[in-house]
Order: sequence, then structure tokens, then C-alpha cells
Amino acid sequence: MSTHAEDVESLVDKEYEHGFVTDIDSDTIEPGLNEEVISFISKKKNEPAWMLDYRLKAYRQWLKMEEPLWAHVDYEPIDYQSISYYSAPKSKDDMPKSLDEVDPKLLETYEKLGIPLHEQKMLAGVAVDAVFDSVSVATTFKSKLADAGVIFCSFSEAVQEHPELVQKYLGSVVPIADNYFSALNAAVFTDGSFCYIPKGVRCPMELSTYFRINASNTGQFERTLIVADEGSHVSYLEGCTAPMRDENQLHAAVVELIALDDAEIKYSTVQNWYPGDENGKGGIYNFVTKRGDCRGRNSKISWTQVETGSAITWKYPSSLLRGDNSVGEFYSVAVTNNYQQADTGTKMIHIGKNTSSTIISKGISARFAQNAYRGLVKISKGADNARNYTQCDSLLMGDKCGAHTFPYIEAKNSSAQVEHEATTSKIGDDQLFYCRQRGVSEEDAVNMIVNGFCKDVFKELPMEFAVEAQKLLGVTLEGAVG
Amino acid sequence: MLSINDLHSQIDDKKILNGLSLEVNKGEVHAIMGPNGSGKSTLANVLAGRDGYDVTGGSVTYEGQDLLEMSPEERAWAGIFLAFQYPVEIPGVNNIYLLKAGVNAIRKSRGETELDAVEFLALVREKIKLVKMKEDFMSRGVNEGFSGGEKKRNEIFQMAVLEPKLAILDETDSGLDIDALKIVADGVNHLRNEERSIVLVTHYQRLLNYIVPDFVHVLANGRIIKSGGSELALQLEEQGYEQVMREAEAA
Ligand SMILES: Nc1ncnc2c1ncn2[C@@H]1O[C@H](COP(=O)(O)OP(=O)(O)OP(=O)(O)O)[C@@H](O)[C@H]1O
Ligand SMILES: [Mg+2]
Repeated sequence: MSTHAEDVESLVDKEYEHGFVTDIDSDTIEPGLNEEVISFISKKKNEPAWMLDYRLKAYRQWLKMEEPLWAHVDYEPIDYQSISYYSAPKSKDDMPKSLDEVDPKLLETYEKLGIPLHEQKMLAGVAVDAVFDSVSVATTFKSKLADAGVIFCSFSEAVQEHPELVQKYLGSVVPIADNYFSALNAAVFTDGSFCYIPKGVRCPMELSTYFRINASNTGQFERTLIVADEGSHVSYLEGCTAPMRDENQLHAAVVELIALDDAEIKYSTVQNWYPGDENGKGGIYNFVTKRGDCRGRNSKISWTQVETGSAITWKYPSSLLRGDNSVGEFYSVAVTNNYQQADTGTKMIHIGKNTSSTIISKGISARFAQNAYRGLVKISKGADNARNYTQCDSLLMGDKCGAHTFPYIEAKNSSAQVEHEATTSKIGDDQLFYCRQRGVSEEDAVNMIVNGFCKDVFKELPMEFAVEAQKLLGVTLEGAVG
Repeated sequence: MLSINDLHSQIDDKKILNGLSLEVNKGEVHAIMGPNGSGKSTLANVLAGRDGYDVTGGSVTYEGQDLLEMSPEERAWAGIFLAFQYPVEIPGVNNIYLLKAGVNAIRKSRGETELDAVEFLALVREKIKLVKMKEDFMSRGVNEGFSGGEKKRNEIFQMAVLEPKLAILDETDSGLDIDALKIVADGVNHLRNEERSIVLVTHYQRLLNYIVPDFVHVLANGRIIKSGGSELALQLEEQGYEQVMREAEAA
């Protein structure tokens, strides 16, 4: 697992000739995927040659790979040739002019989440100019970050402005050939976030994609790269707490985190992509590869996720605990309702000495939904005194839904201590009745009990996120009981 | 205030209440005693609106309304409180968070303004003294890891905060040590007034030394077979239920 970018570079297939690419000058290309399409994307983004080489290598790799079938999810095969891989950021003319043009159901949800009007407009993609002063907000943030030496920009910008950093770290945690979807992402990603925290710097604020204005147009293949240099500290919030409808079906993102000596990265996600309707029609296939590399001694990477959206979620934020004394954490709440399916979990790969990891997973299923936890704890030979604690709880609402737990443990060092606890419970009629007897309505009682079940995870989220995550849970599970 | 008339109720096909009638007026304290399995908790649950009980006959009127038509929360809003025989644990849900939601839902249903966090905290701090519980019980999960006796005290604490019009206490004295029994009884007595009615289900005359009831009823085989004043409890203590049941059968 030491495919540093330099090695990656040297592996790049140099046979490729740049010359044959034909120019296409429209802003959106026809559906389909081939080398021309990839060259087109790269050209549109004015990328250096190494970036194009990287993409093409990934594409060729992808062609040789097979779509994984082992996740506990079920879906119609995806036709990769029917997707359009590049569409220029929407011009203001195409956007809804006002909230009146936005799906009322979507607005209803925003309402329930208590999102202020100006933010609703942003989330719904309404063309806003002066309504919400996001530009100046963003600018204030930018200058504060710049003072601290933190680089926080779009991935495209990073490729232009900080190529040495991107080249050094891109693909060093999730190599091109890691899996089918990561290879596809490496070939066709259009944008994402880049973040670098210099040595010894404690990032002065929580970084959030929300404050990066172009974030809402990053599209379905995002790429995120976060590097925390020695002794630095950063908390990164991803996603949007309101349901962003996306006309696209497939969402295949890649996130790479690198923590050097004594550095700490906290990565929080609240995912609420469109889950499809009550009958399981539509919705996002969320196939995401997220991996953190605790490359340095005493480093720490902590993943917290609240997954409530998407028709299918396939996602295993993982940590490579390479540095001695490094720490990996994974806190997850995955909620599925109606016909949603989630197969999620983590991998904790213990490589360094005295490494420790904690996994807390809470799965909630309602109606016909399926929810699987899949986790690997691997203790390598040299990982003396590695410790892991895993707790995996499932909550069922109704009797047509399912919860599944697939814990895998591979311990190659006898000094390892690995603990696993798992429970499955049904939301109790007696608990509901108790709450209702105290005057709480059934719906609020369900929310309360579910939130109580998720408490160990929510307390890891930054405050505002935790509040919104709770509300979101309520919206997702609306009408799930009774 | 509460009028139960010839109530019949069953679970699945098992008949549990067989023509139970009971009249409770404002400000009265009624004790209900009876053998295990006679239907005391069933009565309490039917009054509070728990699912799973089929009412096959009779009626229950509460403050002029058909109680059986109301959902459990509507009954709570209307001032009915049940102290459970076996309070359930709700992990991760803060004890006073649930209570605050309850208080505010009840206030809202009456068109009163909701209490904010500060007002509510002042209220619960005041009330928790009544049952001599430590304040850290307020912030623990609902009944989570509470001892049997602590759960019972927590029920009375909740009653004190919710200030019901009709409180049904199902064996709140069971499982309490001697000191706790006194504390709970004092708490109930403190809450006793001309406006509030209390139905006490108990197996022990001892509780009735502390909380002296206006009426004592014997419930057996799903109906009230004998009623009397507080002296009836003493008689039961001496003679056991057998005798009373035989008398009732003979009559
Ligand atoms: N869910 C149920 N399913 C089947 N039978 C039940 C159920 N709940 C109660 N019963 C039965 O109904 C009868 C009355 O039960 P109930 O709990 O009302 O008795 P009780 O008078 O409160 O007894 P105790 O003094 O032991 O608390 C018992 O025979 C009991 O087994
Ligand atoms: Mg009972």
C-alpha cells in the first residue's frame, strides 16, 4: 500500500500519443465513455499532461475491471455508455429563476429542516446573485484561512495552483486500481475539494464544502484530497444536510485523507442524496471510496457519517493505520426507509505498532429497506499491541425490513486485542407507549427513540451538524411507524 | 371525573376485564387491590390507551369525553398519567428531554406557551427534590440502568412535573426499600389535592398507612368484587383475598 504519487507516475503508460484527440467544442458532451471523452474533460479543464496521463491510465485500468457484485445490494446494471461525463457548470439561464419553479416536495423538506430561505435557494440551485452574500462570506473565510497558511480550494484550482502537492498525494491512498468505481472516478472526475494544512497549524475553523461556492456543481464524480502535515489539525464537513436532488443516477466519489506525524483529521459527512420515491423508483446510487492514511506516528483519522439518502449506498470509509500509535475511528449512522439499500462499514488496517481503532455503527431500517454493516479489522504481522473495539447495533422498524452484519477479522499478530459487540433490536411498542403516555406524539416518540439509539455517533458530529442530522433522521423516517 | 361502566376487555381471545365498574370523583384517592393476574395493570393500560387490548363492552367517560376514542397522547394532554408497574428503559434518550417534550406537548394542546430550557430546568430542579433524587438522574437516559426503586421514584418525579388531573399509580410501592417507600408516599401526598384524583394499585396495606385512601376496591377475575373505606385494606391484610372472593361469590 505504498503507491506514492512518484511511483504512480513512473507506472504511467507512456505509450499514449496526445496528438490524436479531436476537438469537441460544445459544452456538454454526448453520453458515452472513451479516451476522447477523457481528453476532452482534461482539455476543458486546461489540465497539465500528467493529469491527463493519470486519467487515461485509470480509464484503461477500469476497462479491465469488473463491477463488484458482493455488496448486499441489488440494482439494475448501470449502462456506463448512457451517462454524459461532462457538462459545463450550469449557466444562470438554465437554473430555476425562483423558488416557485422548484419541486414543492423538496421545499417542504427544506421547511421541515428549518433551512432559511436564502439557503433554500442556494440548495435548490436557484440562480442567486445578491440574495445571499455567499461570495463575501466565502472571501472572509478564505482570507482567514490564508493567514493560517491553509490551502482550501476546488480540486481543479489545486491542479493549477498547487500541482506539486496534488501530484505528490493524488492516488497515494486510493490507487487507481483499487476498485471499479475508484478507477472510473480517477478517469472522469470533474471536480472536488483540495485541502492542505501546513505543519503545526490548527485549522482556525471547520472546513465545509458548503462555504465553497462552486461545490454544488461538482457533479457526480467528485474527488477530495486532504493532507494534514505534521502536527496539524483539521475538521472537515462534507455534504449538505438538505436533500440535493440530482438528475444523475450514479454518484461515484473518491476521498483521500493523509495524516502525517502527530496530525489529526476529523471528517464528517451528512449524506442525503435523493433516495427515490416510496415505491423505490429513482434515486442516487452512491458508490463512494473513502480512505484515510495515518501515515505518520501518533496520527489520527476520525470518520463520522450520517447516511440518510440515496437509493443505494455502497461506502466503506477506511483507515490505514501505518504510523506507530496511530488511531482510527469510525462512527456511522445509516438509515434506510422504503426501498433504500445501504451496504456500509469500514476497514481498519493496523500496520504500525500500538495502533488502535474504534468502530461504532448504528443501522436503522424501516419498511422494506435493507441495511448491512460490512467491516474489516485487519491486524498485520508487525502491528504489535493493536487494539480494536467494534460495536454494531441495528434497529428495525416493522418486520419487512432487514439488518445484516458482516464483520471480518484478520489478525496476524497474537498480541492483538479485538472486541466485537453486536445487537439487533426492534423499536419497542412499550417504549413508544411510554413516550406517548407522557404526551409525546407517536412521530416525535419515534424520532426521540431513534435519536437516542444514534446518540453515540451524533455526539461526534460538530454541534450544528448534529442538530441537522437529528432533524434529517426525522424527515427520512417520517411515517415509518404506524 | 372518571366513570367506568361495565367494562369488558380482552387480549387476543383471553378475557381479562369482565364487567368492571368504577366511579372516581375529583380529588378522591382510590386504592385497588387484588390477586396477581386479576387485571389491575390491564385496567391501568386500558385507561391509558395501550395497544393490544380489545374493549368488547362497556364504556369509559373522562371529564365528559369518551376516553376510549382518544389516542394515548390525547389522554396525556387531557391530564391522565400512568406510573408504570415496569417502567421501560429508553437508551440514549435523556430523561428530562422526554419530560420536556411531554410537558410542552401538553401545554401546547392547551394553548399555553411552551417552556423554554431555562424555565423548564427551574421546574424540574424544584420537583426532583420531592422524590429526593440526585440531579444527575435528570440527564441520564430514561430509566437507563436505574435500579428498580429508582425507576419507581422517577415515575413520581415525572408525575410531579406533569401535574396530571388523574394519576394511576400501578404498584409504585413495589420494590421500594423502607426509606424510599416513605419518600414516594410523601411525594404522592404532596401532590394530593382537591383537584387531583389518584388511583393507587397496590398489594400492600403498608402504603395505605402513608397514603390514606378514600376508597379501597378489591379487583378479582376482572371486576370489582368489593368496595369500602380504608378499613377494607386492613381486613384484607388479615383475611387474605380468599374470604372476600368467597363472600362475593355467595352474594
Ligand atoms: N399481553 C398479554 N398477553 C396475554 N395475556 C396477558 C397479557 N397481558 C396480561 N395478560 C394476562 O392478563 C391477566 C391480567 O394481567 P394483569 O397484568 O392485568 O394482572 P395484575 O392484576 O396487574 O397482576 P399483578 O398483581 O401480578 O401485577 C393475567 O392473567 C395476564 O397473564
Ligand atoms: Mg400488575
